[in-house]
Amino acid sequence: MNGFLTLLQKELLRFWKVSFQTVAAPVLTALLYLLIFSHVLESKLQVYPGVSYTAFLLPGLAMMSLLQNAFANSSSSLIQSKITGNLVFVLLTPLSPLQTYLAYVLAALVRGLVVGAGVLATAPVFTTLPVANPGWILLFAVLGGVLLASLGVLAGIWADKFDQLAAFQNFLIVPLTFLAGVFYSIHSLPPFWQQVSHLNPFFYLIDGFRYGFFGASDVPPGLAFAVVGTATLVLTTVTLRLFQSGYKLRG
Amino acid sequence: MPPAIEVRGAHKRFGSVRALSDVSLEIAEGEFFGLLGPNGAGKTTLISALAGLTRLDQGSLKVMGHDVVGAYQSARRSLGVVPQELVFDPFFSVRETLRIQSGYFGLRRNDVWIDSIIDRLELTDKADANMRSLSGGMKRRVLVAQALVHKPPVIILDEPTAGVDVELRQGLWSFVSELNRAGHTIVLTTHYLEEAESLCGRIAMLKQGRVVALDSTRNLLGGIPGLRLRLRLAPGYSPQCLPEGSSVAPGGRVILTLPTCADLEPLLARLRENGARVEEIEVLQADLEEAFVSIMSSH
Ligand SMILES: Nc1ncnc2c1ncn2[C@@H]1O[C@H](COP(=O)(O)OP(=O)(O)OP(=O)(O)O)[C@@H](O)[C@H]1O
Ligand SMILES: [Mg+2]
Repeated sequence: MNGFLTLLQKELLRFWKVSFQTVAAPVLTALLYLLIFSHVLESKLQVYPGVSYTAFLLPGLAMMSLLQNAFANSSSSLIQSKITGNLVFVLLTPLSPLQTYLAYVLAALVRGLVVGAGVLATAPVFTTLPVANPGWILLFAVLGGVLLASLGVLAGIWADKFDQLAAFQNFLIVPLTFLAGVFYSIHSLPPFWQQVSHLNPFFYLIDGFRYGFFGASDVPPGLAFAVVGTATLVLTTVTLRLFQSGYKLRG
Repeated sequence: MPPAIEVRGAHKRFGSVRALSDVSLEIAEGEFFGLLGPNGAGKTTLISALAGLTRLDQGSLKVMGHDVVGAYQSARRSLGVVPQELVFDPFFSVRETLRIQSGYFGLRRNDVWIDSIIDRLELTDKADANMRSLSGGMKRRVLVAQALVHKPPVIILDEPTAGVDVELRQGLWSFVSELNRAGHTIVLTTHYLEEAESLCGRIAMLKQGRVVALDSTRNLLGGIPGLRLRLRLAPGYSPQCLPEGSSVAPGGRVILTLPTCADLEPLLARLRENGARVEEIEVLQADLEEAFVSIMSSH
């Protein structure tokens, strides 16, 4: 237990020591999106009745930042330790694969949550954001963080070089988050693209998260939870198995 | 009492390279053991397998009686490894690094021991410096310190003195010897054979993944056949009278090996007959380097 706590603490320190880059910078990026998109679209779009476009946009941006940062944390920590070789300090210890996995995932989840909360905390400056159901908000935030943190662990283990990781991030994570309905409701899309969006697990994360604020969403929150919960469970199991097998870590 | 380290039929391949083939050896508790061999012999591979960083294709490994796969947690608690590569975590200071390493083993209040290793490894001045700012030799000392945080009964050092200055090397050896006297089993790899000779009670030599010698240091040194002599001859002798294989250096210095002591008398007689006057004669002690070269060339 103590060993696990130490690794968790180390992973938390790792991003907290450079929180300007790992927390402040992504919050600022999200705010820039918010400023620009809401400036351009505020008067032209209303997705849900009685919800301003800026208010609609905020939870999506917060979730997007949460997801991207959770992924970035676990993946970059693992690949850095692999490439610099200091992962041996963890591998030489009695820490079990489960403990190691959980420490990486939890630290990444915390960073995701901190960044997401940072984005939401700016809400009063721009708009009034209702909170219809805090339980759903928290549930989807945690599930999204765990899902992407696990994906980050998977990518960090698999990638041998930084550019492989960057490819994973740029060609998978970023498109999936951008196309998950952060900036629009998928009901505004042509039917074909609505179908495609329904195949994107990130869509359910953002939709369910948004439901927690507005009590309105594109699909019922129960369905979103079922999809996201299953995806998280599957990915967690796969990643944990990989850790246990020693794949790429214990050659 | 189980051996500190038990290696049985270890095989490991990397593609077509046989890094270990059928390596078996036992190291008793309290030994100071040397693992020698040329570059690529498989030393680091064996150590990595013992530490659980690499999996064997075949064979079994135990540390203090604990199987390194089946009982990996007990095995790793019993083992401290100083890796060959100079690795460090640039996010932390020396003390933070050691506290974290200690914490991984579940030891969260270990500052007294940590301070004492910092002190013994002469890192006190740098205790709060970031790892990045340390010189290569200092980083290596931190690696040694990291291997010791959990007071493991078995300590494996993979070339700990590469890039470490003379003074520190001696300090390091006196520290490691002290640990050995206190009951820790020490396994050492090094390319400085005089270090191994003076420290190790027993030595295994590896070549291309195979054990080619496994014996006490004394026996390995005694195993060199012949009597080695260094002579200084007065000028004017004819080199033809020297036995085959003699090496002649300027100033009349000659190093030669005789098959047995009984061959000394005839040699001196022959030199005298040829008008070579011996000014100095010295019997050379066999050293580990010779034993090493002779074993490596005969396999
Ligand atoms: N991860 C790896 N992938 C491929 N080949 C490897 C790997 N690790 C070791 N080898 C090969 O296995 C052989 C044994 O290497 P090892 O590092 O064990 O040698 P060593 O005895 O420690 O040598 P040195 O004295 O140079 O440190 C070498 O031929 C090496 O190239
Ligand atoms: Mg080596």
